Amino acid sequence: MNGFIHSIESCGTVDGPGIRYVIFTQGCLLRCQYCHNADTWDIGKGKQMSVEEIIADAETYLPFMQASGGGITVSGGEPLLQIDFLIELFRRCKQLGIHTTIDSSGGCYSTEASFQQKLNELLQYTDLILLDLKHIDEKKHRKLTGKTNEHILAFARLLSERNVPVWIRHVLVPTVTDDEEDLRRLAAFIRTLDNVEKIEVLPYHQLGVYKWKALGLTYPLEGIPTPSEQLVEKAKQILGAK
Amino acid sequence: MMALLTVNEALTDAWRTFKGDKWKKEIDVRDFILNNVTVYTGDESFLQGPTEATKTLWEQVMELSKLEREKGGVLDMDTEIVSTITSHGPGYLNRELEKVVGFQTDQPFKRALMPFGGIRMAEQACEAYGYEVSDDVKKIFTQYRKTHNQGVFDVYTDEMKAARKAGIITGLPDAYGRGRIIGDYRRVALYGVDRLIEEKKKDLRNTGARTMSEDIIRLREELAEQIRALQELKEMAASYGYDISKPARNAHEAFQWLYFAYLAAIKEQNGAAMSLGRVSTFLDIYIERDLQEGTLTEKEAQELVDHFVMKLRLVKFARTPEYNELFSGDPTWVTESIGGVAIDGRPLVTKNSFRFLHTLDNLGPAPEPNLTVLWSTQLPEAFKKYCAKMSIQTSSIQYENDDLMRPEFGDDYGIACCVSAMRIGKQMQFFGARANLAKALLYAINGGVDEKLKVQIGPEFAPVTSEYLDYDEVMRKFDNVMEWLAELYINTLNVIHYMHDKYCYERIEMALHDTHVMRTMATGIAGLSVVADSLSAMKYAKVKTIRDENGLAVDFEIEGDFPKYGNNDDRVDSIAVDIVERFMTKLRKHKTYRDSKHTTSILTITSNVVYGKKTGNTPDGRRAGEPFAPGANPLHGRDTKGALASLSSVAKLPYEYALDGISNTFSIVPKALGKDDATRVQNLVAILDGYAKKRGHHLNVNVFNRETLLDAMEHPEKYPQLTIRVSGYAVNFIKLTREQQIDVINRTFHETM
Repeated sequence: MNGFIHSIESCGTVDGPGIRYVIFTQGCLLRCQYCHNADTWDIGKGKQMSVEEIIADAETYLPFMQASGGGITVSGGEPLLQIDFLIELFRRCKQLGIHTTIDSSGGCYSTEASFQQKLNELLQYTDLILLDLKHIDEKKHRKLTGKTNEHILAFARLLSERNVPVWIRHVLVPTVTDDEEDLRRLAAFIRTLDNVEKIEVLPYHQLGVYKWKALGLTYPLEGIPTPSEQLVEKAKQILGAK
Repeated sequence: MMALLTVNEALTDAWRTFKGDKWKKEIDVRDFILNNVTVYTGDESFLQGPTEATKTLWEQVMELSKLEREKGGVLDMDTEIVSTITSHGPGYLNRELEKVVGFQTDQPFKRALMPFGGIRMAEQACEAYGYEVSDDVKKIFTQYRKTHNQGVFDVYTDEMKAARKAGIITGLPDAYGRGRIIGDYRRVALYGVDRLIEEKKKDLRNTGARTMSEDIIRLREELAEQIRALQELKEMAASYGYDISKPARNAHEAFQWLYFAYLAAIKEQNGAAMSLGRVSTFLDIYIERDLQEGTLTEKEAQELVDHFVMKLRLVKFARTPEYNELFSGDPTWVTESIGGVAIDGRPLVTKNSFRFLHTLDNLGPAPEPNLTVLWSTQLPEAFKKYCAKMSIQTSSIQYENDDLMRPEFGDDYGIACCVSAMRIGKQMQFFGARANLAKALLYAINGGVDEKLKVQIGPEFAPVTSEYLDYDEVMRKFDNVMEWLAELYINTLNVIHYMHDKYCYERIEMALHDTHVMRTMATGIAGLSVVADSLSAMKYAKVKTIRDENGLAVDFEIEGDFPKYGNNDDRVDSIAVDIVERFMTKLRKHKTYRDSKHTTSILTITSNVVYGKKTGNTPDGRRAGEPFAPGANPLHGRDTKGALASLSSVAKLPYEYALDGISNTFSIVPKALGKDDATRVQNLVAILDGYAKKRGHHLNVNVFNRETLLDAMEHPEKYPQLTIRVSGYAVNFIKLTREQQIDVINRTFHETM
């Protein structure tokens, strides 16, 4: 089984607990205006790598994973677009005792039976999901990402019902995702979930802007600064992040 | 009037509560430590800040450092008096406040005159800073007294001189002190000098009773010199008002006795690396006893450590500009090895292990002493965390894998220079700088003709004549070149060390060794990652040669991509491993001076810049003149799969084949270690544990942002103490040449998140 892989980082320290072997998959349905990995959008591109190939490589980092309480994180792109690949990869990980994490925006979640069946299987091998909630407001979500947030919130609820541990992440972009009322609504939604272990506010940064330019795209958030520390603190307070 | 103590009473007094017997009967510091150490598994909360005296002294030091910088790097030099153990009267920084006294000359910051390695070198060092060696000294060392340097050049063959000039063997200690010998300075504190003299006299009596062969004659002469040096050591201490003939009776004396022993070494020798050994846990035993007896407080204990460390930071030698190019930033490698685990499983971590690292807080960061943590996965967690915390704060600590070294060197070894482990007082090395294997690869392609000098340096091998380089053909020829190089290299080192023993013998350092020591012939490799990537390019891509008018391959064009060392890719990492094993195997074929044991290191110090300058375009795409990667590092920018992939490649190099050490310098931005301080500490500990488990040997850890360095280049005055780890040592960043500052900044900073 092959996956379409954008790149691999051997020393991830911000995508889940401990030191993570981070696999960035290729392909995403969302077109978030602040995306810092715009080069991972196109589906079907990237390097094809087999599960065995990745496992053989990842295994060499076991000493670092064990010493830090880390593991593997699949990020993207949108990992769930390659769910068959994920299932096989994580099944192998669990055989080796490796902690598994998916960093997802839930952008391709659907209630369709075949997807649900596969998701069921995948969740058996998944220890943690980092779930990006980009905007609680439907209209603003559409503007920011190009898609509705209905199915994303449904995904969050499903994970809660299944009791899959989740870290909620929210990227804080001044004037785009920092409205106090929106943040309160988001906090209220998060409170309805029973599986949230951690809430993270990720301050918006411009480190990925060069990729837009390299792809010949116009960066939509040109001129928007990174949020101030006070703004981040305030958002954390509202969302209950530590 | 008090009655004088008899020898036995003095011993009973000094050793009053110490346990164990073996170390009392014979010289055995290790046995003393294992019998008396108080292992500490707690955290750093007991540590005390600097005393007023410490602060005042350090301000003085910073003031003098500023003056030294303003004067162009040297404040004062002796041009009249040749430095010996007893050459200068006492020197003080501030006599009333100093708890530990003694300088190399009669003033702090005044550099001593050391011509025994080579009078030309001493002259040039003076000239570079506007001084001139006195005519008398010049005359003595040219007309009456031969130096090491002259001895070497009397014997060097034409081939050796050519290899040296071309830079295929380079950085050789043929004009400066070889260093990398660690006297067991602890012996002076534990036993007093008289006992050490007595033991050496006994050894002298037991040497040469039968056949008076050349090696026995040499050993007897050396022992006589050692005994003389020990007597001079007592004399020097007496000039400061101390009688060190008897053992130290308390912590203050133990620090002072030990420092005098070290001071004697650096007054007599200006070796490239004058390392200290493994003293902190030894000294802790004295501190613990004083604390128990109520004669010392924690504050005073820290003050002793601070003042001692301050002295170690002020070790200075007069160097030439060419030397500084090789070893940039005025390093002295006062390497102190901290921590490690005993063979019986007890960690050798004491409160003093913390106190030594804590000097980075009390006095601020500094490159010296070269603080080296002997890392083991078995170290106490609190100590691991404290090390990581101080690394993140100061970038002043290096780590070496005790789990890897302990089986080879036991539990009382220390690190000389950067990465060279040796049993303290039982083992020494013949430092051999390094061979440039990247250049050797070019010789394989060009049939022994140097690509820069355009002359035949190696034997006239058949060159590669094809347009595209064939991996198997080049490898075969490269193997031949290495065969030639290994022999020439060992022969050259034999000449150097024969002469160093003869004209520049380390009397006091060897007096603080067992009489029968284990010697290693410590060769080295430079350019490993360039060679591995070049061969990988030939194997997995296509490399086209571009030739000059004489048919010499002077440039290369690579068609296609190839695996690069530093990405945890076995296809190329295995080439690097193979090169190390091959070269070491070839070195072993050749007879060494004093039957020393062959070893090699993969370490460049800052000379990677100079070696790069002397080497033409290489088949990996590196341009002529560009620096090599330091030590065993991947070439900067080529490791693209993150920090752990890079570490994993280096960890594959077999330590058994490079027992003199495998150096890796690791720079990471704080954010890439984690989001908050606690996570960063935890992740750095995990990286060190993981690297140790993967059998990595050495790791320099730098944690800072590139912007800080750029700012320090423009505004050095704002960063008087900014310290960074380079290959195997630390430097004051603002003391590096601009070229080397740029090299450091260009290296890979792991910053992906």
